[in-house]
Amino acid sequence: MPLFGSKPKETASITYISDSGAESRVDVPAGDSVMEGAIKNGIDGIVAECGGACMCATCHVYVDPAWLEKLPPMQEDENAMLESTASPRKPNSRLSCQLRVSKELDGLVVKTPPTQQ
Amino acid sequence: MSSVVIVGAGQAGFQTAASLRMEKFDGSITLIGEEQHLPYQRPPLSKALLAGKQDVDHLPFRPQQFYVDHSIELMLAQRAVSIDRANRRVLLASRTSLDYDFLVLATGARVRQLPAPGVLYLRDIDDSLAIRSRLEQASSVAIVGGGFIGLEVAAVARRMNKNVAVVEAQQRLMSRSVAPVVSEFFLRLHESEGVKIVLNSTAIPPADVTIAGIGVLPNVELAQAAGLDVRAAILVDQCLRTSDPNIFAIGDCAERNGVHLESVQNAADQGKHVAAEIVRGPAKYDAVPWFWTDQFDVKLQMAGISSPRHRTEIQGSVEERKFSVYYFEGERLAAVDSINSPADHVKARKTLQLSREPTG
Repeated sequence: MPLFGSKPKETASITYISDSGAESRVDVPAGDSVMEGAIKNGIDGIVAECGGACMCATCHVYVDPAWLEKLPPMQEDENAMLESTASPRKPNSRLSCQLRVSKELDGLVVKTPPTQQ
Repeated sequence: MSSVVIVGAGQAGFQTAASLRMEKFDGSITLIGEEQHLPYQRPPLSKALLAGKQDVDHLPFRPQQFYVDHSIELMLAQRAVSIDRANRRVLLASRTSLDYDFLVLATGARVRQLPAPGVLYLRDIDDSLAIRSRLEQASSVAIVGGGFIGLEVAAVARRMNKNVAVVEAQQRLMSRSVAPVVSEFFLRLHESEGVKIVLNSTAIPPADVTIAGIGVLPNVELAQAAGLDVRAAILVDQCLRTSDPNIFAIGDCAERNGVHLESVQNAADQGKHVAAEIVRGPAKYDAVPWFWTDQFDVKLQMAGISSPRHRTEIQGSVEERKFSVYYFEGERLAAVDSINSPADHVKARKTLQLSREPTG
């Protein structure tokens, strides 16, 4: 192993399931958000109009319940914004811009709602 | 097959193109941008990008492939120079001409400048990166303008441990946008963080770097030369059409009901609206405006348009840095500014939207 040199970025495999059931599995670099993972890989179903500032609710996802407890805790602004989602808020609703990807989220599965606006 | 040409590839222009495809528009879409970069978000330019907390890869709205996948002809580093309305044709500086059925002007705005040399301004990605590198070298920073941009830059520079002074010509901060109680709160916030604020002044203190955030000038020249109705911005009707019904104007360059807004919400909602109109026919635009600013650890979220003539009520605690200011026109709620109170903000947007929708 060289002492210096660029370490390949850690990634986590994230699966996005569309409302119609289509699955896309992509590797997302640690540090990116689950929202960015979708945007950069051309996955429809996440709009992210405000760009991740927690000012809109167009990156809404339903998280596979098995993963809920492994996610970063919800902050007040995300909780507030989830009250204005276009599709119904459920107990497993999160804003994907607030979900920072880490190695611990390798295998995460999220479902995109029928509509974001 | 019809064709839409969009001049300007900022938030409004990008949104129009993306929404046209979401609306199943099957004609051709050409999106023309003067910058060489893929269309990108601007809010981080004075926030996370400037603070070095985000890198440029996070800025584009969508990757290059998105435009290919959605058949959006993206023409970057190109400039539209004239509109031939009679023949519905746009001429570019490269001498290419493009025919349109609908033209969308999303030309944005440029910064207002001071008649002083060496002053830096923040509008695009290159400006933000240049300011960041100048800040890194500097020990003192002078900021002209106590509006959103000036204060966001002040907060970033202060977090970099620079000596920061802000001069504001008005008697209070962000005076065009918020009530005196909010101005006062931010004055105390900045002072408690060690920023020197000088109100009622235009005298720029000596500093290693001087940055001005003193407003913008809408880019109206293209519209003006084409004979469209223009004042300070391009005039549009309730359906966001200019004086030529085949030409829309949206975002920072447009003015509706005497109001001209510079915000993500306005650009994105108007882009979506115009896309829907092109597909489904004329409709009135009536979205609730909202804005935000991040300064130090404080988030200010605004819904609706407040005015100095509104009566105000405060809920929450100013001391605990968690409160909202409600603005009333008579009995009607007109706007709400929320400091670290996101639930109030979300509720305000809903309330204001409901009050706009026709009853019955």
